[in-house]
Amino acid sequence: MNKARHNPLNTAAMHGALILYTLIALFPVFVILINSFKSRRAIFREPLALPNADSFSMIGYETVMKQGDFFLYFQNSMIVTVASLFFILLFGAMAAYALSEYQFKGNLLMGLYLALGIMIPIRIGTVAILEMMVATGLVNTLWALILVYTAQGLPLAVFILSEFMRQVSDDLKNAGRIDGLSEYTIFFRLVLPLVRPAMATVAVFNMIPIWNDLWFPLILAPAEETKTLTLGSQVFIGQFVTDWNAVLSALSMAILPVLVLYVIFSRQLIRGITSGAVK
Amino acid sequence: MNRPRFRWHIVVFLAPAVLVYTAVMIFPLFNTLRLALYSEVDQSRVFVGLQNFQTLFFDPIWSEQFWNALGNNFWFFLIHMLVQNPIGIALAALLSHPRLRFSALYRSAIFIPTILSFVIVGFAWKLILSPIWGIAPSMLDAVGLKSLFAPWLGKEEYALTTLALISVWQFVGIPMMLIYAALLTIPEEILEAGEIDGITGASAFWKIKLPLILPSIGIISILTFVGNFNAFDLIYAAQGALAGPDFSTDILGTFMYRTFFGFQLQLGDPHMGSAIAGAMFAIILVGVCIYLFGIQTRMRRYQL
Repeated sequence: MNKARHNPLNTAAMHGALILYTLIALFPVFVILINSFKSRRAIFREPLALPNADSFSMIGYETVMKQGDFFLYFQNSMIVTVASLFFILLFGAMAAYALSEYQFKGNLLMGLYLALGIMIPIRIGTVAILEMMVATGLVNTLWALILVYTAQGLPLAVFILSEFMRQVSDDLKNAGRIDGLSEYTIFFRLVLPLVRPAMATVAVFNMIPIWNDLWFPLILAPAEETKTLTLGSQVFIGQFVTDWNAVLSALSMAILPVLVLYVIFSRQLIRGITSGAVK
Repeated sequence: MNRPRFRWHIVVFLAPAVLVYTAVMIFPLFNTLRLALYSEVDQSRVFVGLQNFQTLFFDPIWSEQFWNALGNNFWFFLIHMLVQNPIGIALAALLSHPRLRFSALYRSAIFIPTILSFVIVGFAWKLILSPIWGIAPSMLDAVGLKSLFAPWLGKEEYALTTLALISVWQFVGIPMMLIYAALLTIPEEILEAGEIDGITGASAFWKIKLPLILPSIGIISILTFVGNFNAFDLIYAAQGALAGPDFSTDILGTFMYRTFFGFQLQLGDPHMGSAIAGAMFAIILVGVCIYLFGIQTRMRRYQL
């Protein structure tokens, strides 16, 4: 054991630096959350104090519940995110399987074509996407968002999943073929279950940007009944700028679902990033 | 021997992904570039060649906004490169230290801002920095620096830098995670060999680890570049489509949004919007090409 690597003073300094940065990272979230439970006066008098019996108030949440349709927004965000993830995973895995399993003419070219979208942001094509959605009548429907997010997520999904599918043993697939299984059965019954960890990684990677996106909901689906939570809270806060209770409560209500999802999936997410899936 | 027959299942497996990707991503991308060559005259679309680009780059009214947005965008990117990535690397270096307690806890906590939406981040910081609420001034007061306080988001000379730093605060988790992953792949033997030669602590980081993680730093840089040059949400959430005060926080994303969607009294112009999108596309393409051919191929990779 080498002593130089385990100096207690060094360790203390490292913890000090990390604690300091952790505080910087969490402070704004903390301030928003505690103040959302306080009365207007307490928010301004002692912004850093925890709510107590005296200053506790739910008035902000009451305003949000009365004025904004947050359950609808939440439901829209949920539908869009879950449906987009489903299509990204299904279509992505199918294409990845075709590219990694079969030798055919144009295989490499097809792989490159699908990989193009990893580096080029889909937002560049917004003008034409909007025109297309208007022409097909999909504007102000959740389908417009689902299609865009599916297209946006596919390139990286195909790339990551085909890396993993190359590792699935050939013997297994050939055993299935000898038993007379069709190529579809082999894919759905034998291969898909084996790449489930990679699918989870892809899902977690895509979940956060889709849930948080403001650009496409703003442009493709700004109608009241298709607003996502991100757009809904943006518009709500814009209208209630001067009602601090309402703004803080709306922010907290937008933070909470993401925070809950993060607590559930953080291990998966961090393992996904650190396992080198994006190398 | 079977005659090779057409394998329909390959088509079935590929078709959905290729169709959606082509129809919703590739086709609109090229269609946008094509629209940039048209203009609307008397409610009909006419081909005008490169005239939109000429307007964008040289017409006094347009070019002033365009170069302003482009310059702001480069400043936005520069702050990310100079602040976000060094902090991310430093945090990753600390976290990857063997036998550091609570490292998973720190990692998860520092990553939290990254999962929040721009809307939350933009408004939360707007409130905290607001002179009305007074959290920022009273905290500066506590350490005796109250005189430094200014309504940063409202001053032309500070607003863009402040927003860039807010964005840094939000996204520092990504370089941290990627570098952390890269540091974990460095084999212990190499570090031990260094120790035998007397290279430990900080010099082990500079002399051994840093050269080994350069490829990851390259990836982070290009991700930052692409992310910054199509950024929009944070500026829009915090400052609105006009990217105030007086367009001082206007970047290409907000400029394109305003142009093609319209705002207040200005009507939306999809053709000029497409021209801006074309310029963004060219900038991102140049950046990616510099990375792929100029940096990535020249970088020395070490076999670990």
